[in-house]
Amino acid sequence: MTKYAFHRSRAEMLPERAPPLTSTGVIGWVRTNLFSSWLSAVLTVASIAVLALVLPGLIEWAFIDATLTGELGKDCPSEGACWAWLDQRITQFFYGFYPVESYWRVNVCLALLVPALAYMLFDKLPYARYGRWYSLAYPVIAAILLVGGLGLEVIRTDQFGGFMLNLIAGLVGIVLSLPIGILLALGRRSRMPIVRWFSVSFIEFIRGVPLITLLFVAIILLPLFLPPQVTLDQLIRVMIIITLFASAYMAEVIRGGLQAIPNGQYEAGQAMGLGYWQSMRLIILPQALKISIPGIVNTFIGLFKDTTLVIIIGLFDILGQARLLQTNPDWLGKVDYETFLLAALFFFVICFSMSRYSLNLEKRLDTTRR
Amino acid sequence: MAEAEAAPEGDLGPIIEITGLNKWFGQFHVLRDIDLTVARRERIVICGPSGSGKSTLIRCINRLEEHQEGTVVVDGVELTHNLKNIDAIRREVGMVFQQFNLFPHLTVLENCTLAPIWVRKMPKAEAQEVAMEYLERVKIPEQAMKYPGQLSGGQQQRVAIARSLCMKPNIMLFDEPTSALDPEMIKEVLEVMVDLAESGMTMLVVTHEMGFAAQVADRIIFMDEGQIVEQNTPDEFFNNPQSDRTKLFLSQIL
Repeated sequence: MTKYAFHRSRAEMLPERAPPLTSTGVIGWVRTNLFSSWLSAVLTVASIAVLALVLPGLIEWAFIDATLTGELGKDCPSEGACWAWLDQRITQFFYGFYPVESYWRVNVCLALLVPALAYMLFDKLPYARYGRWYSLAYPVIAAILLVGGLGLEVIRTDQFGGFMLNLIAGLVGIVLSLPIGILLALGRRSRMPIVRWFSVSFIEFIRGVPLITLLFVAIILLPLFLPPQVTLDQLIRVMIIITLFASAYMAEVIRGGLQAIPNGQYEAGQAMGLGYWQSMRLIILPQALKISIPGIVNTFIGLFKDTTLVIIIGLFDILGQARLLQTNPDWLGKVDYETFLLAALFFFVICFSMSRYSLNLEKRLDTTRR
Repeated sequence: MAEAEAAPEGDLGPIIEITGLNKWFGQFHVLRDIDLTVARRERIVICGPSGSGKSTLIRCINRLEEHQEGTVVVDGVELTHNLKNIDAIRREVGMVFQQFNLFPHLTVLENCTLAPIWVRKMPKAEAQEVAMEYLERVKIPEQAMKYPGQLSGGQQQRVAIARSLCMKPNIMLFDEPTSALDPEMIKEVLEVMVDLAESGMTMLVVTHEMGFAAQVADRIIFMDEGQIVEQNTPDEFFNNPQSDRTKLFLSQIL
């Protein structure tokens, strides 16, 4: 006889049972997430304490003691926030100094942007084939609408401002920095020394210099070197610099993705007779970009927030408008943090949407568990 | 079968001619004076200890590796730095890898139609038809809409074989196709390869599966230290090995 009875057979299989109550439901969640150990319990209590300390004051200032209506700063007597400027100034926060009678052009532009973005971001929309072409044509349509030409009155770019300016510069940068970044990343891994050296020096130079320095160079120094006939719109110069700056970071993010692709993928493409660009486009980049999504979106968000630097060429983007209102004699002394809060809210909505979209995209592209 | 039709009756001249092939990885002399002629429809199994250069040899045939000395002529086209020649040869030479190398972001069907559509410029519908035909031949048509990550290793390798066949190659190269598989999946892949061999495909197979070698090979090549040490028919090779290295190798793996 052996010590342990290892030989057994089961006549009936066990039925499935529901998990114990303590591991599911609200109690289960609280237990596993908030009080799973002493450390986690202490952190939970401390977090609640901090919120209790900060939130009531903030809510009181922003909402309860706040003044919502009024014509001038002196209509805001209380200690609370002054929101009375919102209804008369909100348009300036969005359109800047764009002529009021032409606001419709910006609005049409925004309305047209919705389908243009949708066709780029989502699959399975009706008429997708035409939609993609429309998305490609959109920048031209938008440029004509915003700047003028073709019978529309020309509006100079120094009249652009507010959040609309951030959106324009941000979108241009996002749309252009991805392809440029891809080319730089491929260039850095190229077998051709000239291409590789160019990519490496470009990336390292741009990354090694603060953005604001590059902007000053483009705005102040460049005109000194270029012949006087060459005039390049200041806003375009800023957009080029912001785009190139983001491209350098983008290139490194994508290079990380490219390095994660096993060599076998390149070889499989080669062995089937695919050319370099074909295998990049069909095999390598779809996988590398998918891996790089968090980094790419990170760069997009950074770029979008960098658009506030247009202030150094004297344009008043949403942050410029926020500061302008604080020094406006009508509201002086009564309005300060409020305008920044509004600007922050605008940025947060866009950046958070990008972040959520990227999570959604990652899930959609995950082919391992579909 | 379909592949056999490409070669007219009687045209059994060499499809691969390798003469005086030498290759180095840095200072390491990995292939030394290789001479090898492969006839159409010939099935060759290449074996040998690891590091003997057998994978490198077949990778020189579709120029995944570049050689420094000697000539490699595939189907009448010499492999040089001429990119057109390289592409032309790669279109006619299919390759199956140890690690399958399926494209994880594409479905099984898309894996199979990618090269026919983009390299052969085949219309999509036709490419899909051809792909389904070959998926049926490797006995997994029902997995066509799945992604490689959802398949077992054996299934993935069979897809990889079907993917290569979709290009209707004249030559198939196999680089240790069963080495990364769990034991119970080796058989299903070997069955597909036997079936392919019986259809008249020219095959060069690097493998340690000596049962497969005995069953289908016309010739077995034994390599060691970058050179061809011995080659013979399976019968002679297993029962009457000549060199001591071959005997040692056989005693270790059989």
